[in-house]
Amino acid sequence: MSGIITTEYIREKYLRRLPTAFCPGCGDGQILGALIRAIEQLNIPKNEIVTVSGIGCSAWIPSPYLRIDSLHTTHGRPIAFATGVKAANPKLKVIVVTGDGDAVGIGGNHLLHAARTNIGLTVIMVNNAVYAMTGGQVAPTTPHEAKTSTTPYGNPAFNLNVSEVVAAAGASYVARWTTWHINRLIESIKKAMNKKGFSFIEVISQCPTYGGRLLNMDHIEMLHYFRDNFRENADGMFRIGEFVDVEKPELTDELEKLIMKVKS
Amino acid sequence: MPFTVKDIMIKKDLCKGCGICIDVCPRNVLTGSDEINEYGLYYPMVSDLKRCIVCRLCELYCPDFAVEVHV
Ligand code: SF4
Ligand code: SF4
Ligand code: SF4
Repeated sequence: MSGIITTEYIREKYLRRLPTAFCPGCGDGQILGALIRAIEQLNIPKNEIVTVSGIGCSAWIPSPYLRIDSLHTTHGRPIAFATGVKAANPKLKVIVVTGDGDAVGIGGNHLLHAARTNIGLTVIMVNNAVYAMTGGQVAPTTPHEAKTSTTPYGNPAFNLNVSEVVAAAGASYVARWTTWHINRLIESIKKAMNKKGFSFIEVISQCPTYGGRLLNMDHIEMLHYFRDNFRENADGMFRIGEFVDVEKPELTDELEKLIMKVKS
Repeated sequence: MPFTVKDIMIKKDLCKGCGICIDVCPRNVLTGSDEINEYGLYYPMVSDLKRCIVCRLCELYCPDFAVEVHV
């Protein structure tokens, strides 16, 4: 059946085991499905891809479910590990799947410098606005006044607009979607994987277990909230779409040129 | 090429009963049921197969790879 990616086909070719450990209705499973569909549509052999994740619920998206080589690394450090993989073998497509707590809270500095150096990684950051795996604590992405398990009276601080920060830091490609915008997300992952330089996709996702409980919303209400509030012409966190799409020199290419120059 | 649906299978051992497939189906083909699976979760059932237009949104949005639309 040409062009149609069925569930049976996905399970057979891309998944090691099911069910996943994610809670019912969690967006992480939907993002796993989007990543698989993007890889399948690009028709990239599985042995040319390495996925890297850190710690958190989102780290379980590639590992252990995806039938593609993966590194499940330490908290906040997947971009650092991925940098090593890319530097060792620049031909590989290196995909980092990380969460907001992992990429911005614990590992924010790695994210900034990977964007600045424009190393050819694709980072998919799941943003559910809390540290979900450890019990729904406040994160750098938690909105002002939002209740979490460690800010029961509301978050006194403000959240970081991560996509804008990564864009300012110098990434070649930056986009934001939500788990409601799955087809757009798939197209965006394909574009990001074909980018030479550093590409970053933020996916606003539902965590019904912690985010939802504190907001008094279930996963379907959260998906409807994404559908009704996130727009390409909106401001701040409600803006979705592509923020940056440019071509510029990539780090491992520049390193290669430097090696040639010094040798000759 | 138009497809005609043969059947829709909800894999009971994978479904977590979240109901997202019921919500995204534009043709109200799926509904909730009183049946529970081995995790004690209510899995959906097909209420009106004839209405299915094989858009596969249910497959695309299911977080647990539990819906199969057979043509
Ligand atoms: S705690 Fe939240 S993010 Fe983690 S698996 Fe459950 S719903 Fe998903
Ligand atoms: S394929 Fe489309 S119409 Fe058919 S059950 Fe799934 S969502 Fe509904
Ligand atoms: S979306 Fe998937 S897991 Fe959720 S109720 Fe439907 S079949 Fe079950």
